[in-house]
Amino acid sequence: MTLRKYLVLAGITLFSTAGDSLLARGMKDLGGFSLHNFSGLLLAILNPWVAMGILFLLTFFACYMSALSWADLTYVLPATSLAYVLVALIGHFRLHEAISPTRWLGIALIAAGVGFVAAGPSFTPSHERPNSRNASRDPVSAEVKP
Amino acid sequence: MKDLYAWSAIGLIVLASTTGDVLLSYSMKRVGDVGELWKRRGVLAVIGRVLATPTFTLGLMAMGVAFYSLLFGLSWGNLSLVVPASASLTFVANAVAARVFLHERVGRRRWIAALLVASGVVLMAV
Repeated sequence: MTLRKYLVLAGITLFSTAGDSLLARGMKDLGGFSLHNFSGLLLAILNPWVAMGILFLLTFFACYMSALSWADLTYVLPATSLAYVLVALIGHFRLHEAISPTRWLGIALIAAGVGFVAAGPSFTPSHERPNSRNASRDPVSAEVKP
Repeated sequence: MKDLYAWSAIGLIVLASTTGDVLLSYSMKRVGDVGELWKRRGVLAVIGRVLATPTFTLGLMAMGVAFYSLLFGLSWGNLSLVVPASASLTFVANAVAARVFLHERVGRRRWIAALLVASGVVLMAV
């Protein structure tokens, strides 16, 4: 794991949080949708908040694809799960949604889980993978090679 | 009634995004380290190689379904219910799917991390 790779993981966390919050802000402007008003949902992207949210989520997606090209799905998902904590905090401070003590405990558990997975190996090559070239380059994952 | 709508949206998000995550992860592992590829061949080679992977398109379609379900869900429920609830369930489903379909080695450290994060996310949805 290099600094660049940690920055990509941080990018996943930040851009997905910002994107989700912007989307939520836009959807609150537009009000509730129902199944017989589907065209309204397609037009939602004309709202500037929703459009900005989509732009942030696209950036998130580029970072996410980059991470998946050199790390396991079961590493990337926990390592970037601080996003849920950030979403709750933004919901609390910007959108004035309440955070109960239970929810604070949840935030603590997620933070602990992130620390746990981030300290371990990021890539565990299996015999199924076509490009086992990557395995020999990474000393941590080379240990668990079959 | 609004709750029922929100939870149906959550169910759809979980199913679609797990399918998408597994397909996308599989595709990117086939493409290989995009940072290395970018350095050697440039960004166009990266984009070309990614788009030429058929499972990537399928994964993207699944993610599109998940995205529109999220828009539905957010318009019916609180941001701090819909996002954590769907994320927690997607998280568990993904850990199982990654082990079964992607043959990732989910060691003790990852199970503990998975359980901590999933239970934390559930607590946040309470």
